[in-house]
Amino acid sequence: MSFELPRLPLGDGIEAVLDFLVHNLAFATKAFSAVADQGIRLMETAMMAVHPIIMIFILTALVFYLTRQRGVTIFTFLGMGLIWNLGLWSATVSTLSLVLVATLIAISIGIPIGIFCALNGYAYKIVRPILDFMQTLPAFVYLIPAIPFFGLGRVAAIFATVIFSMPPAIRFTTLGIKQVPKELVECADAFGADRWQKLFKIQLPLAKTTIMGGVNQTIMLALSMVVIAAMIGARGLGGEVWRAIQRLQPGAGFEAGIGIVIVAIILDRVLQKLSKS
Amino acid sequence: MEKIVLKNVCKIFGDHPQKALKLLKEGKDKDEIQAKTGSVVGVNQASFEVKEGEIVVVMGLSGSGKSTLVRCINRLFEPTSGEIFVDGQDVTKLSREELRQFRQQKFGMVFQNFALFPHRTVIHNVEFGLEIQKSDLSVRREKAEKALELVGLKGWGEKFPSELSGGMQQRVGLARALAMDPDILLMDEAFSALDPLIRRDMQDELIEMQQSMRKTIVFISHDLDEALKLGDRIVLMKDGAVVQIGTPEDILMNPSNEYVAKFVEEVDITKVLTAETIMKKSQDVAYLTSDGPRAAMRKMKNNAIASLFVLDKQNKLHGVVFADEVAKLIEKGEKSLESAIHRDAAAVSPDTPASELFAVMQSISHPVAVVDENNKLKGIIVKGLLMAAIAERGGNI
Repeated sequence: MSFELPRLPLGDGIEAVLDFLVHNLAFATKAFSAVADQGIRLMETAMMAVHPIIMIFILTALVFYLTRQRGVTIFTFLGMGLIWNLGLWSATVSTLSLVLVATLIAISIGIPIGIFCALNGYAYKIVRPILDFMQTLPAFVYLIPAIPFFGLGRVAAIFATVIFSMPPAIRFTTLGIKQVPKELVECADAFGADRWQKLFKIQLPLAKTTIMGGVNQTIMLALSMVVIAAMIGARGLGGEVWRAIQRLQPGAGFEAGIGIVIVAIILDRVLQKLSKS
Repeated sequence: MEKIVLKNVCKIFGDHPQKALKLLKEGKDKDEIQAKTGSVVGVNQASFEVKEGEIVVVMGLSGSGKSTLVRCINRLFEPTSGEIFVDGQDVTKLSREELRQFRQQKFGMVFQNFALFPHRTVIHNVEFGLEIQKSDLSVRREKAEKALELVGLKGWGEKFPSELSGGMQQRVGLARALAMDPDILLMDEAFSALDPLIRRDMQDELIEMQQSMRKTIVFISHDLDEALKLGDRIVLMKDGAVVQIGTPEDILMNPSNEYVAKFVEEVDITKVLTAETIMKKSQDVAYLTSDGPRAAMRKMKNNAIASLFVLDKQNKLHGVVFADEVAKLIEKGEKSLESAIHRDAAAVSPDTPASELFAVMQSISHPVAVVDENNKLKGIIVKGLLMAAIAERGGNI
């Protein structure tokens, strides 16, 4: 005699929830669309406004200004030059814009949530499992709900990227604030500081290094995600890789892949330097 | 005038404070309550008051609840029950906002491990309290500079705390508390983290500053020597309860129970006894203007002593004469003591500790004069008196 356990309709349930959200959160998705789209457009326009060679010089100068390291500066110049030479310049600009916009959105949502969690023990208890979930869920899965919300394209890519890259911003902010020595917070209390004075004069400045570490991670995750997000129309360097896969052109695929590596190395070095100082 | 009054203050840490409180009021002890409710008694029905301008040292071993008690005064810890009056206002009844104002106006606090803000320069640390009060930058800077000068750190404002030694860091901590000019200073083991020499200097300086500041100071310490030195009065705590309150003399001479006696047993009695408590107040002296050699000799004979202090009409000490030399003057028929006076007579101030008196008395053959800051004679100490005083209080000679 066979007995079959009825299958739980988990997938159906999730779809129902997503459907509901798609229909009822239109105002939020439209706002997000507007911000993200305008942001990318602005970035791209700014970076494409001048000839790539001039832009390469500007970026190299910027890297030198931020890091003061000869090695990284030379690497930036040569790496960017190579990207331009391979005809990947506009794809790179597109990728950089996506990363920057997604990161800005992620940290401007993530840091306040992180602060809230640090100051409110209950909030952290609720948020922590959600963060664990967000970080362990395979990155590809985020791409699927992004489509019904925003359709194929860059905004959907940014949405998926924001969700994927936000957890470290929240986690590190909470950690940084919680690590501020109790005695210092007590001291601020003893002098009659209110909640905001305590936060802005003591806790945030002392948590800065840790929070910057979180921002660094957020950017690196965003970079890895915008590459994956090429599958839902993000274009950029990831788009070049995706196209190479579809056309079975290993050469072109590697060229774009090397471009991504160059961008990743530059971003990482600059951010490390920034979070240390 | 009572500045701070604590009445039956209890602080219980744990999930069931009310249950624990009830047991506490029934007279159950700390361990029993912890076993029954899982709550820890921090402070057990403590009552005492602090007068305006007074230094009260709250003393006890670690874990005796002294830090907790002091944190109840400015409500860094919420007292579980009891009343705390500061300037007649019940602190426990203040709302959040009122409490913040109250802390800004009344309390300066100094912490054991300094609690300086590492990301702020020294001057910005000192300014912190004023910044919280949102006072103008120029006013703030001026007051902070003044506070820094008061603690002897003028010109160090632009340094970061990490660039300073421990002693200097705690000076910054003190300046930060003083910059707001609060009525009350709460000093939580303020000097305990410093090495002994620096600690002694800081104690001396605090005493000196206090002469002019006249702040009300609640000072926490686990060090009896420190308590005896700084405290106008001492509150002794054990297991969260107040065991004895009194002046340093009271605590030493009349320990109220075994615990206090144990505590004070270790004290070097010679550090606590001062010249003033030992000296003999009435004694014969020679007056410069009226007494000649014969009068002086008679006074010495009457008292069976071999030397005599010479004073002027205002009772100011001029020196000492010795019997053998006065006798020679009489032989020569001199009318004045003048030529026999030794101007270098040993004199000490009333608060000189007995331990130092030994050293002074070792090298001289006459008694020590105790004089006030105007050089007026207050009393004299002979060796026998010093020995007797120490023996009487059970110290080692």
